[in-house]
Amino acid sequence: MTKTILVGCGAGFANDRPDAALRLAQDLAQRSGQRYIMLELLAERTLAEAQLRKRLDPRSGYSARLFDFLEPMLEICIEAGIAIITNGGAANPRAAAQRLRDELAGRFPALKIACVLGDDLLEETPPRYERWLSSSADEQPVSVSVYTGADGIVQALAEGAGIVLCGRVADPSLAVGAIRHGLGWKADDWQKMAVATAAGHLLECCAQVTGGYFAHPGMKDIPDPANLGCPIAEIHQDGRLIIGKTRNSGGRVSEQTVKEQLLYEVHDPRRYLTPDVVLDLGVAHVQDLGNDRVEVTGVIGHPRPDTLKGLAGMRGLWFGEAEISYAGPGAVARAALARDILLERFDRLAPGVQPWIDLSGVASLFNDQAGRYLRKQLAQVPLLEDVRVRIGLTHTDRSLLETLLAEVESLYTNGPAGGGGVRRHLAEAVTTRSFLLPRDEIHTALEWY
Amino acid sequence: MSLVTLADFAHARAGDKGNILSIAVFPHDPAHYPWLLRELTCELVAEQFATRQPSRVHRYELPNLKALNFVLEDALEGGVNRSCGLDRHGKSLSYLLLALRLPGPED
Repeated sequence: MTKTILVGCGAGFANDRPDAALRLAQDLAQRSGQRYIMLELLAERTLAEAQLRKRLDPRSGYSARLFDFLEPMLEICIEAGIAIITNGGAANPRAAAQRLRDELAGRFPALKIACVLGDDLLEETPPRYERWLSSSADEQPVSVSVYTGADGIVQALAEGAGIVLCGRVADPSLAVGAIRHGLGWKADDWQKMAVATAAGHLLECCAQVTGGYFAHPGMKDIPDPANLGCPIAEIHQDGRLIIGKTRNSGGRVSEQTVKEQLLYEVHDPRRYLTPDVVLDLGVAHVQDLGNDRVEVTGVIGHPRPDTLKGLAGMRGLWFGEAEISYAGPGAVARAALARDILLERFDRLAPGVQPWIDLSGVASLFNDQAGRYLRKQLAQVPLLEDVRVRIGLTHTDRSLLETLLAEVESLYTNGPAGGGGVRRHLAEAVTTRSFLLPRDEIHTALEWY
Repeated sequence: MSLVTLADFAHARAGDKGNILSIAVFPHDPAHYPWLLRELTCELVAEQFATRQPSRVHRYELPNLKALNFVLEDALEGGVNRSCGLDRHGKSLSYLLLALRLPGPED
C-alpha cells in the first residue's frame, strides 16, 4: 500500500467558522496516518489592516481571529500529532507565537512553534521594495509583502514544528508545505507539485469545495447547509488526490462542487501561476467516488516562475456609504427622485466627485459607477414596493465625505415623502497594488518559540 | 427560435483578481457541453456585461471538465480595492451571466 497523508482545511478566510474547524480537528484526531490542518486567514487587504494594528500595539498584528481557531483545537492537535499550518501570523507571526507560548503556560514543552519570516518587505532595513514597487506621493504603503512558496513550511516541519505560523505565504502553499513534508516530494518534481498545488487550491477556500458558495434551491441543493464540513484532501504517494470532508458534517463534495472550485479565480487554466509550480488544469478530470469523495486526475506541472508576486497595501483613501429606503406605493419613483436630488446636491458641494448610486431592488449588485445598469433597469418600469437608495464614495478628504454622507441623512427632512432607515458609515480604505520581483531576492527564515 | 435562460441549463462561479472578473460555467447535463461551446460565445458574454464595459473578454475551453472559463478584464469597476459598489468582489456576477437568454439545446 502506498503512503497516504491527510490535509484538512479549517479556515478559508479571516472570518470563517471556528466551530467547523474544531469538528475537523476532532475528526482528524480519530483517523490514522500523517495529518495536517491548514488555516487560511488572510485576504489581500487583511494584511494591511494587521500592519496597522501592529503599529498601535507591537504585541498585535496577527490575524484578529487566529486564536478563535487555534484555542479550541490546540490540545486535540498536539495530542494527536496533527501539525497546524497557518498564514494567520499575518503581519506579526512572532507575536502570535509568543502569545501561544504564554497561553500554553508551560504545558506541552516539547511542542515546537515555528515562525516563517521573510515575506514582510516593510520590515527590512534598508527597505528594498522601492526597487520593485512604484507608488505616488499621496499614497503611503502600510504593508509590503511577497507571496512566498512552501519552502519555509517544509523546513519548519522537517525540523519538528507542531505549529507553523506564516505571514504572506501563498494560500495553496500551506498545503504544498504539508504534502512535501508528508510524502517527501521534491520541490522540483513539477508533476508532484502540480498535484500538491491542486490540493491546496481546492482546500484554500475551505467550505467553497464542500457546498459553500454553491447552493441554488431546486437546481443545486446542499444537505444541512448550516453545518458545512471542512474539506480534507487525501494525497497518496503515487500522486492520487481525493477530496473529502469532515465526517457527519453538512454539505457535499461532488463533481460539481470540485469543478467550480478547481476553476475559482483561475484565468488561463493552462497557466495558473503559484510560487511552487505553474499549474496546468487544461486536461484535468474529476470523478465522483461516492460518499462525498471526489478524485482529481490529469493535473500537469510546469517549472515554477522565476518571479514572485508582491502586494502592497496603501493608505490615503476613505470609503463612505449611506443608505435610505422608500416603501409602499410609488416607492421606485420616490427613490429615483432621492437619487436625482443627491446628484444635484453633490454636483454643487463637490464638483467632480461622482457618487455610485444604487436603488436596491431595482439595481445594486450588478450596477456600475456610471449607473448604466440602473438606467437600463429603470427603463423597464419595475413594480417594487421596497427600494433602498445606496451611495458609495471614495475620496482622500475624509471631512468632504462626512459632508456628502450627511446629505443622505438630510433626506429625512429635505427629501421625498416617507424616507426611512438611514444608515451610514465611513472607514479608511486600504488599496492594494501588486508587483513582481525576482525569486532569488527573497529568502525565508525560521524563528522558534 | 425560442430562447431559454442559461441558469436552467448551467451553473457558474465567479472569482476576482484585482479588476479582473473570471466566471467558470458548467452545463448541468454534460451532454450539453457542445451546445454551450456553440452558443455561449465571447460576443454574447460581452454583450451581457456591456454595462461593465470590459476591455477584453476571453474564453478558455476545458473539454475534460466540460467547462468554459470566461475572463473579463477591467469589469469590476476597480475591484475590491477601488470600487464604490456593493459587491466589490463581483461574487454575484455569475448570476448576471446565468441570466443570459440564448437559443436552447436541441433535445
